[in-house]
Amino acid sequence: MERQAETELARQLLTGDARAFDHFVDHFRAKIFHYSWLLCGQREDAEEVAQDALLKIFENFDQLRQPEQVRPWVFRIARNACLMKRRKSVFAPARELSLDEFLPSTDQEGEHRKLQIADWTRLPDRQVLDSEMKQVLQTAIGELPETYKSVLLLRDVEDLSTQETAQILDLSPDAVKTRLHRARLAVRQTLDGYLRTATKGAGDGHASA
Amino acid sequence: MAMHRHDERCKEIFSLLSEYLNLELPPESCAQIEAHLADCSPCIEFNESLRKTVELCRRYRPSELPEPLGHAARNQLLDAYQTMIAGRKESGV
Repeated sequence: MERQAETELARQLLTGDARAFDHFVDHFRAKIFHYSWLLCGQREDAEEVAQDALLKIFENFDQLRQPEQVRPWVFRIARNACLMKRRKSVFAPARELSLDEFLPSTDQEGEHRKLQIADWTRLPDRQVLDSEMKQVLQTAIGELPETYKSVLLLRDVEDLSTQETAQILDLSPDAVKTRLHRARLAVRQTLDGYLRTATKGAGDGHASA
Repeated sequence: MAMHRHDERCKEIFSLLSEYLNLELPPESCAQIEAHLADCSPCIEFNESLRKTVELCRRYRPSELPEPLGHAARNQLLDAYQTMIAGRKESGV
C-alpha cells in the first residue's frame, strides 16, 4: 500500500469513520509483525508486539497530528513495543561494522584491475525474488547487528526518509546515513557470497544465479 | 585490504556510495563521483552491486504472515479505537 492510501485511512479513522478500521489493522499488523520479527528474531514475540503496538496506536490515535506521517508514527510505536518485548539475550553488545571490512580486493590483470566479487550483471534489475534469494536476503538482514538492522529496515524495506528514520530511532540524520551504508555493505557482501556459489553451480550445470 | 592499491580516491568514493545512490549528496559531490566512475571500472562494478542490493531490499517482502487476528484481539483494538473517538467527541475536538 502506498503512503497516500495509508494517509487516507488515517484521515478516515481520525474523523471517526470506523469502516477504515479493519483495513488499517490488516495492513499495519502485517508490517509491524514483519518488522519486529526481523528485528527481534522471534515469531511469537512479533505477534505480541504487533498487538501491543496496535493497541497503543488506537489508544493514542488522536495524537497523530499529521495523517501523512502515519507510517513513521506507527513505526515509532512499533519500535518501542519491540524494545519492551525484547528478551535479554538479544541485548548482546552491539558489534560495530567498519567500512574496511567490506572493501573488496582487486587483482591486477595486465593493465586492468579486476574486482574480486561475483558477477552481478547476471542478476536482472527486476528479478523476481525467488524463494532461495529471498531466504538469503532475509538471513543477511537478520544477521545484521541491531543498530544497523533497525536503520536498514526503516530506510530500505519500509521506504522511510532519512529524517523520519532519525526521528524514530532518536539518531542524527548523519548517523542514519552512516549506519545505512554499512548495513547495505554487509548485506551486499552476504549476497555476493551467495551469487558466487550460485554462479559456480550454474557453471557446473546445477543451479542458476 | 585496499580496494585498489594506491588509490585513496576509490576508498573515498566507496564511503559515499549509499548517499550517492540516495541522491543525498550536493551536486558538486555527485559530479565528482560520476567523473571518477566514468574512469574506474572496479568502482562502477561495485556501485552496481550495491545498487542492486538496495533494489532487492526495497522489493523484499517476507513470505510469512502473522496468524489471523482472533476475535478477542480485534475487539480489544476496536474498543481502544472507539474509546479514543468518544474521548475526542467529549472534548469537542
